[in-house]
Amino acid sequence: MDALFFWIFAVIMIVSSVLVVGQRNPMYSVLLLIVSFAALSGLYVLLNAPFMAVLQIIVYAGAIMVLFLFVVMLLNVSSEEQEGNDKKPRFVIGPGPRRFGAVLAVVLAVQLIWALRTIAEAPFADDGSVPTTVRDIGLRLFREYAFAFEATSILILVAMVGAVILARKER
Amino acid sequence: MLPEPTLNTYLALSAVLFSIGTAGVFLRRNLITVLLSVEVMLNAVNLTFVAVDRFRGTVDGQIIAFFVITVAAAEAAVGLAIVIALFRHRETLNPDAFTTLKW
Repeated sequence: MDALFFWIFAVIMIVSSVLVVGQRNPMYSVLLLIVSFAALSGLYVLLNAPFMAVLQIIVYAGAIMVLFLFVVMLLNVSSEEQEGNDKKPRFVIGPGPRRFGAVLAVVLAVQLIWALRTIAEAPFADDGSVPTTVRDIGLRLFREYAFAFEATSILILVAMVGAVILARKER
Repeated sequence: MLPEPTLNTYLALSAVLFSIGTAGVFLRRNLITVLLSVEVMLNAVNLTFVAVDRFRGTVDGQIIAFFVITVAAAEAAVGLAIVIALFRHRETLNPDAFTTLKW
């Protein structure tokens, strides 16, 4: 049963991610990315990480993607501008930088998967019947990782102030 | 029946997603889509962390993924603010339009 769900979620994720990259309209890209995040949340449940699954939906799909949607609607750029006669995205016979990008991505995928093939198959440490509890994560987060957690709050503050200053209207 | 997913399956899925994100960063000519591709890449890395976590039976990977999500939120806020500021100057989102450092 787990295998069936894994493959369903994996296919949804790959297809929606490809469509995110392939869409001309950024609005569709954002909505498709939310679909991809929902599938990723399902994968987290399969990996016994319900906390991450909930966080993925609440923070990523709920907060970050809404921020993206706001900006897409605010700027009101319905689709990517066409350059000259470049009607369709030609990945292989496009101009230099784009061809390089496509080749680089394919090489990266081949390289990563080839590297994985050299790793021996190993079973998971536990049988997967007990999910990680929020209690475990919280205890570890506020003991070993307390400093990192506090540093993150400074980071968020800096990002917030920076965003306000960058997006402010100049006089 | 379908093969049972192992750690390698999860890592391969993550590698494919990361490559899709890389392709998006290089191929798209829309700053918002480029930022979305970066989000795809960050999520691929998060999947790796959580999968390895399950493999080792610890919770550290999930905590790192939690920090990655936090940094992604900060990155999205600052990145979108920069996109808005650039759009005010040039009325376009094409990254090829922002070639001059001075105007």
